[in-house]
Amino acid sequence: MSPALPSRPAAAAQAASPEAIPPVPATAAYGRFRRHRLEFLCAGAVLLYVTVFIALPYAMVGVFSFWKKSLYTIRPAFSLANYAQALGSDVYATVIGNSLIVATAVTLVAGVLGYVLAYYLAMYARRSRNLLFFLLVVPLWTSFLLRAYIWTIILGREGILNTLLLRMGLVHQPLSLLLYNKFSICLALIYIFLPFVALPVYAALEKIPRSYIEASRDLGAPPASTFRHVIFPLTVPGLVAGATVVFCLSFGDFITPKLLGGSSDIMIANVIIEQFGAAFNWPFGSALAIVVLVVVFALLGMAAMLARLTGQSR
Amino acid sequence: MSGPRAPRSRAGHVAFGGAAAAIFAFLYLPLVVLVAFSFQESRILSWPIEAWSLHWYRLLFQDREMLEAVINSLIVASSCVAITTLIGVPLALGLRRLRGRLANGFERALLLPLIVPQLITGLALLIILHRLGIGLSLLTVILGQSLVWVPIVVTQVLARLQRVNPNLEQASMDLGGNRLQTFFLITLPGIRTAVIGSALLVFTLSFDELPVTFFLTGSRNTLPMHIWSMLRIGITPEINAIATLTVGLSVVLIIVGIRLLTRTRGR
Repeated sequence: MSPALPSRPAAAAQAASPEAIPPVPATAAYGRFRRHRLEFLCAGAVLLYVTVFIALPYAMVGVFSFWKKSLYTIRPAFSLANYAQALGSDVYATVIGNSLIVATAVTLVAGVLGYVLAYYLAMYARRSRNLLFFLLVVPLWTSFLLRAYIWTIILGREGILNTLLLRMGLVHQPLSLLLYNKFSICLALIYIFLPFVALPVYAALEKIPRSYIEASRDLGAPPASTFRHVIFPLTVPGLVAGATVVFCLSFGDFITPKLLGGSSDIMIANVIIEQFGAAFNWPFGSALAIVVLVVVFALLGMAAMLARLTGQSR
Repeated sequence: MSGPRAPRSRAGHVAFGGAAAAIFAFLYLPLVVLVAFSFQESRILSWPIEAWSLHWYRLLFQDREMLEAVINSLIVASSCVAITTLIGVPLALGLRRLRGRLANGFERALLLPLIVPQLITGLALLIILHRLGIGLSLLTVILGQSLVWVPIVVTQVLARLQRVNPNLEQASMDLGGNRLQTFFLITLPGIRTAVIGSALLVFTLSFDELPVTFFLTGSRNTLPMHIWSMLRIGITPEINAIATLTVGLSVVLIIVGIRLLTRTRGR
């Protein structure tokens, strides 16, 4: 082992006798230096990682978005043409609009359903609580692609839902309006992202001290007003955190619209991958990617502000 | 676990219970359908299933491309686990040492790859690799995915570190242990389950990852990429079979991982 170990008893004996204590200022200063040196090292490592592997890649997308594509090459430039094309034309405005509509709808529905589920788990479930918690976490970590794919076999013309409806005599011919539209995209995304809201809300509900709720009841508040004035405000940060992630990830998803969307439901992410694929217009794709990033950052800023506001009102 | 109790009423219990049951059905019935269809003999998916068979599973094991894709995914996932652990644990230790606004800012920046849609991270790396003249291969896929999954290790380990008693480490140092000894004998045992748990989660996530891989893969396909290209040709029950196996594997790893991560006491 190390040379330091055998000296342990000696050091303890030294510490026990007052005369043997080394001059305090010197060791304290040295200790502080050492501790700070370590902190500088840590800060340096974290800073290096964040700069090289996070800031730099996203910044490169920004740089590229000003470049130009000419025939089969991409050349450095400072041109706003890509942004003019992305934000100025009706085609891309529709595409961005599609993404915003889908992301908003998904966030709202997943938010409400996720909240209800979390509320049941935290407030009502007892013996089954651990099991239900597991059931909530498992979908969170299973394949995104496969969970989107499942809906193609459920909603398709020969899918299970149509066969069931036909057999029950509710419809006379298979419904084609189930799949390949915004409804199917939203349904799959809600299915995928519901746990993303339910978990943080559940965590927030779990942390509420029971005495708060009892105090509110003892002071004569009806259940609804206890919920509105005590419980709900305490869950807002969790709800906002979950909803933000859901909005950002559904806004930038290309898998679900590709599998479940129709030709008029192209979303911004699909156009981006097209630019990096067959269209080979990386600068334009980068400009669209920056649009996504701006939306994401704006939302993160709003979420942080909202969290601060609710934090202050308490 | 004794959480708060709501202003409870019988009606509330029934209403919320019913809603929760419906939502859980929404979450799990599709998985049941997937598994059921994977055992269906017919090529055309129809309900109710008339004949059951393992035909599609047999086909799966004869599909060379599929097997290669599975092996590639295993390579990618295990490499990601190794890299994210080696980078994530020191970063978490570093973040714990930092305090105040700066640390908060760092932590938020570190989390970005989980919040920013993954295709943006993928294309950002593609641009850099392209400028550097680095060709795409499984290595670039591993690099990209590691970048996306490092935050998971950092957050899980950091959360556990905040529950580890810092006095133990101080005591170890006071007694003459050096930093390495302190880390391996005191800190690591305290965060061990968090490290293993997050490693399992990274493994399953990486095994299933598509958006980053989509941009960074070379000629060798991972399993999700292979499934993606199969889906573009059309739905086959073979996809249901591989999907069932993948989901099954994920569920097992997740249950073990979550158990390790939600342990209240380290060790």
